[in-house]
Amino acid sequence: MDLPSEIRRYQAQRQTRRLFLGRASQGIGALALASLIEPSILRAADASAGDAWKGVVKPLHFPRKAKRVIWLTMAGGPSHLETFDPKPKLGEMHGQPMPESFTKGKQIAQLQGQKLQCFGPQFKFKRFAKSSAEICEIFPHIGSMLDEICLVRSMTTEAINHDPAHMFMNTGSQIAGRPSMGAWTVYGLGSDAADLPGFVVLTSLGRGGQNQPIAARQWASGFLPSRFQGVALRGKGDPVMYLGSPAGTTRERQKDVVDAVNALNARRDAVVDDPEIATRIAQYEMAFRMQASVPELMDVSDEPASILGLYGCKPGDGSFASNCLLARRLAEREVRFIQMYHKDWDHHGGVKQGVEFKAQEVDRACMALLTDLRQRGMLDETLVVWAGEFGRTPMSQGGDGRDHHNAGFTVWMAGGGIRGGTVFGATDELGYAAVENPVDVHDLHATMQRLLGIEHTRLSVKFQGLDARLTGISGNVIKDVLA
Amino acid sequence: MKSVRRWACVALGAVGAAIQASAAPKVDFNRDVRPLLSDNCFACHGNDTNKIKGGFRLDVRESAVGAAKSGKHAIVAGKPAESELVRRILTSDADDLMPPGESHKTLTPAQKDLLQRWIAEGAEYRGHWAYQPPVRPAVPAGASGIDPLVRARLASLGLQPSAEADRRTLARRLAIDLTGLPATPEEVDAFERDATPDAYERMVDRLLASPHYGERMAQGWLDVVRFADTIGYHSDNPRNIWPYRDYVIRSFNSNKPFDRFTREQLAGDLLPDAGIESRVGSAFNRLLLTTEEGGAQAKDYESRYLTDRVRAVGTVWLGQTIGCAQCHDHKFDPIASRDFYAMGAFFADVEEAIIGRREDGMLVTDDAQAAELRRRRDEASRLQSEYDGAHPELAGAFERWQGEQEAAIKGDNRWKRMTPAGATARSGIALKTKDDQSVLATGKNPDTDSYTVRLTNAPAGVVGVRIEALPDDSLPAKGPGRAPNGNFVLSEVVARVAKEGGEPRKLAWSSALATFEQTILADGNPYHAWNAASAIDGDAKGPGPGWAVLPEIGKPQQLLLGLAEPLTLSAGETLEIELQQLHGDGGHNLGRFRLSVATDPEAVRSRTALPPAKEIVELLAVPALARDAEHARKFLATFKTVAPQLADLRKRLGDASKSRNDFEATLPRCLVTERNKEPRVVRVLPRGNWMVETGDVVEPALPVFLAGKKPEGKHLGRLDLADWIVSRDNPLTARVVANRVWRQFFGAGLSRVSDDLGAQGEPPSNPELLDWLACEFRDSGWDTKHLVRTIVTSRTYRQTSVASREALARDPYNRELARQGRWRLDAELVRDQALAVAGLLVPVVGGPSVKPYQPDGYWENLNFPQRGYDAGNGADQYRRGLYTWWQRSFVHPSMLAFDAPTREECVADRGRSNIPQQALVLLNDPTYVEAARAFATRVLREGPGDADGRIAWAWRRALSRSPSAEEIAALRALLDKHLAQFRADREAAAGYVKTGRAPVPAGLDAAELAAWTDIARALLNLHETITRS
Repeated sequence: MDLPSEIRRYQAQRQTRRLFLGRASQGIGALALASLIEPSILRAADASAGDAWKGVVKPLHFPRKAKRVIWLTMAGGPSHLETFDPKPKLGEMHGQPMPESFTKGKQIAQLQGQKLQCFGPQFKFKRFAKSSAEICEIFPHIGSMLDEICLVRSMTTEAINHDPAHMFMNTGSQIAGRPSMGAWTVYGLGSDAADLPGFVVLTSLGRGGQNQPIAARQWASGFLPSRFQGVALRGKGDPVMYLGSPAGTTRERQKDVVDAVNALNARRDAVVDDPEIATRIAQYEMAFRMQASVPELMDVSDEPASILGLYGCKPGDGSFASNCLLARRLAEREVRFIQMYHKDWDHHGGVKQGVEFKAQEVDRACMALLTDLRQRGMLDETLVVWAGEFGRTPMSQGGDGRDHHNAGFTVWMAGGGIRGGTVFGATDELGYAAVENPVDVHDLHATMQRLLGIEHTRLSVKFQGLDARLTGISGNVIKDVLA
Repeated sequence: MKSVRRWACVALGAVGAAIQASAAPKVDFNRDVRPLLSDNCFACHGNDTNKIKGGFRLDVRESAVGAAKSGKHAIVAGKPAESELVRRILTSDADDLMPPGESHKTLTPAQKDLLQRWIAEGAEYRGHWAYQPPVRPAVPAGASGIDPLVRARLASLGLQPSAEADRRTLARRLAIDLTGLPATPEEVDAFERDATPDAYERMVDRLLASPHYGERMAQGWLDVVRFADTIGYHSDNPRNIWPYRDYVIRSFNSNKPFDRFTREQLAGDLLPDAGIESRVGSAFNRLLLTTEEGGAQAKDYESRYLTDRVRAVGTVWLGQTIGCAQCHDHKFDPIASRDFYAMGAFFADVEEAIIGRREDGMLVTDDAQAAELRRRRDEASRLQSEYDGAHPELAGAFERWQGEQEAAIKGDNRWKRMTPAGATARSGIALKTKDDQSVLATGKNPDTDSYTVRLTNAPAGVVGVRIEALPDDSLPAKGPGRAPNGNFVLSEVVARVAKEGGEPRKLAWSSALATFEQTILADGNPYHAWNAASAIDGDAKGPGPGWAVLPEIGKPQQLLLGLAEPLTLSAGETLEIELQQLHGDGGHNLGRFRLSVATDPEAVRSRTALPPAKEIVELLAVPALARDAEHARKFLATFKTVAPQLADLRKRLGDASKSRNDFEATLPRCLVTERNKEPRVVRVLPRGNWMVETGDVVEPALPVFLAGKKPEGKHLGRLDLADWIVSRDNPLTARVVANRVWRQFFGAGLSRVSDDLGAQGEPPSNPELLDWLACEFRDSGWDTKHLVRTIVTSRTYRQTSVASREALARDPYNRELARQGRWRLDAELVRDQALAVAGLLVPVVGGPSVKPYQPDGYWENLNFPQRGYDAGNGADQYRRGLYTWWQRSFVHPSMLAFDAPTREECVADRGRSNIPQQALVLLNDPTYVEAARAFATRVLREGPGDADGRIAWAWRRALSRSPSAEEIAALRALLDKHLAQFRADREAAAGYVKTGRAPVPAGLDAAELAAWTDIARALLNLHETITRS
């Protein structure tokens, strides 16, 4: 599949509308004027053609298990040893030198050249609910949902510093300029969200203060057209940049200006016959609709107290929990790909206190999101992924922290097409390297795409001479996690 | 991108069957066959020697016609029926079919037919077009080749060129293409009226001479070299680099030959005539992404930097996707992995920190600044020489001074410095004993405090206690006190002898002397001075008075206290000295002090000079016989630092040095290329993995497939690389640059994929034309303005962009140039149009990057450190988009919405998307709302008096053409409606016209201004306004 042919097909779709406008242009002056007075005339013209991107994967390569993705990015690199990967042996070896057989020749970040000592898990692990898997005791709410969750304890990645590691996790490449998975997904599948972008990003800060920077490139469309880029919804100011009309402008006056612009553009199209103009008109319509739909989305005052209580958030507090609630609202509005970043997982020091803070911030919220989706019958069609950009060392850093680690860590998935209540893969007895069924980032991407109905080797775009795809030149679907 | 051509073939089949049937031109290997083979076959039968399947290659004729592993011949020239390739592409057997099913590639019937025809015609191979030296096609001597070559191609396809665009369109098009700024209505009118035959050429020359020409040309160059204000990775902190942007602008404006431009950027530090200009050019080598992230591994990033630079050379000059060869031999082009690392080795001599903050960079001065800097440096160094001179006149003073120092040392030697057995503060702050036995107060500074120091090993017969108040860098104004001005007030000193189990015994003082007593600010002081005596008065006049030293702060002072009775401690006894500082009024506490005791009564009888600094003590301690010339030099130098005779000279020297430093601090700096002492070792990294250090060490070398093998024993450097790039031996660069320049004027390159002229790129639709342009560019002495002028004066350029339905159907992507193109302006130019039309634009060329309004919190995800965003004031708010601060990880959002690249990677082809965010920016970004208001102000002040006339006036200014009656009517309806509304709601009107920092004009009716602002907004939002056609 290559880009130009798809764009051609897309342009062909628009041809329909162009012809409509072409015919209408015989009386264009009348139309322009009429549309100022009765803009629905022009809007009807738009609606007849439609501008929504329907995606290039048609038909789907596989029956679809998930319609959409909610990706909970735990930014900073969560310790698998204080969350989802029990390692009693590491506890026994606490304070002893890390056996060299584990670490020799491996990438190390800040512990370069230092003495490597085992650092035992800082919390107890226990069984929750019906699941046989043990997870850390400070995540009881996630524990209560384990029957919906597949823990992947053998995750690996190639990068070991935050920025390249996020890039790799999002785009399958450590070199900037590739599309992120959300962009690929909307490019591939289109979006049914009429008044919202297909790929939305939400970020939140932790109170531990280890908030690593996140670059906008993490949700960029790379070499795909910009229309596929993620749109960040912000907690402060306009939720979407430049969303608010200027002071002193009413919605009605804003509409008048948009309608005047569209009427004049339509008139110009009749003269120069340029399909870009039809798109421009449609995008002004979309922008104007977003000016209403996004504030409506962000306004959670219509949520009952029971729901706010479930998530444990106050409207507008900008917390991860609030973002989880927004994610559900976005999912209800058919947004295709929702990615959240919760920061502050970078526990080089004070990992115990740090993870405790994180548990307080995310444990209940994750449970609430899964529960809320399930009670609305949406969990089956939503793939929820919980993942950091890497894990943390079994070795101590500075006596009470852990360094970046890429040889083995845990991610989990739940919802559409996922075999809940299971554990896939394992790290060695000290939690250093994935030794049983290692999963790399391309495998994770391939699996996620499969659940969305996409064969990962077949969604590609010609870039710099190559059929570039999210999974590079590798990637194997992890069949065992599929329901 | 090949599909475009594929599609074009289909179109020809459908629409232009006649052409196909009658002409059936001979198959062109490079245009028709190589892309097919490359896309479908080379991955397994190509250059990557590790991946060859079946034992044959299809990129090399000898292999393709030779016997494969199976013994069959993929190609039998002239005999498609006997060629295994043909059998395999036509077979219905899924196991035999090529390309195989798992590749998800299929050939169309037309493509299969093409391959058969090619084999039937003899399966002739030609080297990849871009690797063949460009050949200048025959065109009429002295004439431009553009029109003849385009027209010949059109004729062969049965296409007709379009008519010339109207003059208003031409004026607008040229102004935008050559300067990026709109033509003013006056300029458009003048051109429309100018009937002289060379009117057009004169307009071209005027625009080429504009300082804004360089800005326009720089924009694309800055994309392709990935110029940005920040480092890119992780913290994405700023770096000093903007002078390079101005260098690029200057280079285009002065029409610097492109070969020189190239040499300066790659090797400006190595040129025989290297100067500031060429060194700033060498900032090119510093434009890459770098990191400051803790925990980043140097080897990892060394490898990233190398690959980043090789990719850059590949994109900027060679138009090759060399990056693929980082991990393996290139699959489609003959680039070996070794070539990749050998190219990287050219940059192993670039001095840089692999991890961490970039250095400040080289001072960049213009002539006036250089002269001023020279003047100040000369003055400072003249004074320095004067100061450094022999100064025989100081001989006597020097000798006297030595005597005084010796006496001072002798006086000081009467005192024994004591190491405290303990030191505590009443406030609980920490008192730390330093190596020199002094005590430093740290932590919070309380308003009043009292320190108690315990001394256990005092000698027998103590007659006096000395308190040295000492300066310290950690103290305000260097101390000795902790008050904000560096002062302290020692209100009382109490001496006690303590013994465990017993009551402490208080000792009486008999005398107090100080090296300095403060007399200023003593009006309310009962002693009329902050004298030594008040520190032993038993607080007879209250705790307020005490010993203080203003203004002699920042230097050591002493308080000498005599005991009424000599003291000898018995066993188990401790001498406690309590320093009470009860003055208050802003924490007048001692910051650093040292205690000494004396047994010689002489010690407390008179003040001696303060003991000299440690160096002087050491110098004086050297026995006379051991004193050599070096000793004499040091000694005299030390004296000079204090000699009263030199006080004036010292001051003048200090002032001159400060003046030089202050001036330097105002000058721009730029990261440039400096050579390191030892080039980094470069190895071939197997599969690009930096952790594997077993690969061969490679020397800098040119790509073998282009330049042949490197001569043995000759070491090549960056200048050799630059020389080769602009040499006739390199077939690529002239084509690559000409192709990119062409893109600026037609919307797409002749080879559409500007960053890949390799097999996977798109062969030029008109290879002769690209060759002609390349030869003309190179043979003109790499004259960029000549190339630009040649293009924009061609008939091809001057065609209208409005195409007939038939022409659109025949050639939807305008590959054949039977018309001009039409496209949305680049992000920077969208901004420039609005500011220029509004009359807000400040057209200053060059300078530090500026910060247009930006939504609050956009940078909240940046960290290390957290950063706020201060939008520019005054002129800085109205500069061209080119000068916008380029924060790689968060490019200005309104620029990003219009496809400004992040410049993390080199970009030769910017996207041109059409998304809702663009509407939000143009409708709501304060930059555009303010521009609309300013534009409305112009309309009301400069335009005619009637509404329709004003609309027409504004329309012409924004669009360089007159509106139709219908267009006027549409805006008139909007105006009337909103004017009525704003008149009814004046508060809304007043709020509306306040957007932005430009002053709200007085004397205009707010309702009227608001209504016209909506008209202006509508105009600035029109598709036509942001479109070049």
